[in-house]
Amino acid sequence: MFWTDARTFMPILLEGLRLTIIVTAGSLVLSTLLGLVWALLRVSGIKPLAWLAKSIVNVIRGIPILVLLFYIYFVMPELGITLSGVQAGIIGLGIAYSAYQAENFRAGIEAIDHGQIEAAQSLGMGWGMMMRRVVLPQAVRIVLPPYGNTMVMMLKDSSQASTITVAELTLKGQMLAASTFKNSTVFTLVALLYLMMSVPLILLVGWLERRTKRKQ
Amino acid sequence: MIELSGVHKSFGHNHVLRGIDAQVAKGEVVCIIGPSGSGKSTILRCVNGLESYDRGDIRVDGVRVDQSGPDIKAIRTRVSMVFQRFNLFPHRTVLENVIEGPVFVKREPRATAIAHGRDLLARVGLADKEGAHPAQLSGGQMQRVAIARALAMQPQAILFDEPTSALDPELVGEVLAVMRSLAEDGMTMAVVTHEMGFAREVADRVLFIDGGVIVEQGPAMQVLTEPQNERTQDFLRRVLRPI
Repeated sequence: MFWTDARTFMPILLEGLRLTIIVTAGSLVLSTLLGLVWALLRVSGIKPLAWLAKSIVNVIRGIPILVLLFYIYFVMPELGITLSGVQAGIIGLGIAYSAYQAENFRAGIEAIDHGQIEAAQSLGMGWGMMMRRVVLPQAVRIVLPPYGNTMVMMLKDSSQASTITVAELTLKGQMLAASTFKNSTVFTLVALLYLMMSVPLILLVGWLERRTKRKQ
Repeated sequence: MIELSGVHKSFGHNHVLRGIDAQVAKGEVVCIIGPSGSGKSTILRCVNGLESYDRGDIRVDGVRVDQSGPDIKAIRTRVSMVFQRFNLFPHRTVLENVIEGPVFVKREPRATAIAHGRDLLARVGLADKEGAHPAQLSGGQMQRVAIARALAMQPQAILFDEPTSALDPELVGEVLAVMRSLAEDGMTMAVVTHEMGFAREVADRVLFIDGGVIVEQGPAMQVLTEPQNERTQDFLRRVLRPI
């Protein structure tokens, strides 16, 4: 019974899975880039820029992801910017998570021994080259395990894009369950599909954490 | 080639440098000695622009050292620095540490920098360690790599900030031997150190700093064996006291 239903439902759910992956990957890239920008502004040593980045991060952190998504999907068209659900989902989740990425990146950058910065400066490096050649390569190792955790959270939170019509895995499941009344089969499959993606990530994070600890 | 005149520096309410006047001529080896907290390291850090100073003038080859000025990078490529805690880049190999400055700051061709870097590693006795990472080396080896990294910039002077203070006693000699050979080759050096034996044998001049001022300066032999000032005598008595 479960298996025959599963075989019928699976193709529909996999369509949703495809969108889940697109939204997660898109917002991961966006949040990483934005987060890096906020973090670099914070450590730039230029007070107004650091203050601006701090304010942006605090504002983003203070708004629920759902409200941010609604704002981008429903309010932006009033300002003449109309986005598809997927676009709005990627942008909304990307902005929301850029705040957490920024805090993680900043912590990683600030964990670098000050002697490294002095050594780079005394070689005649400017700020940009010092970041690129000395600070960031070392910060990556510190930042990676929390970054993996963020990936897992983003994967799960991509389901919030369902509220702005993105027919990703959760919404597909909801529609399927509503039309077939096979709640247990559908949501078991949905949960399993999420686990299939998140468990490898969780294991990867654990491995990264052990590796970082060994290196110290 | 390095001139300081009337240099003052405060950290908050702590007035660490209270009017420093000093010169290091080309080819000269100057050792700076004094009790901890006297401002010795701060002088070097100001010359390299790692610290700003509040008043006075520091010049390298006539160019004013200004931490936020346009000339600071050029000054830093001409005056290298060796740190107490080595500050090697842990994510790069020994050879990569040495060629980092020449390749990325001075834009030398990589092959030239590698050939030169290998020569320098041979010179500090670490030719066989070029592929190692800093974590695999002893403190003395790390400091010798740091000296090679400083030399790779082909500087006109090197500032040493307590280069042997973080080392186990049995590793001090190998680092001092490298520094001695640099001095013999005519390198201009300013060395903050507690190694009185090194100062006596290698330095042309010694500055004794206490309380942010130069209390006494002169030829190494004179300052270290016949100090005129009471504070210098007192300091030397304490550091040279036989155990």
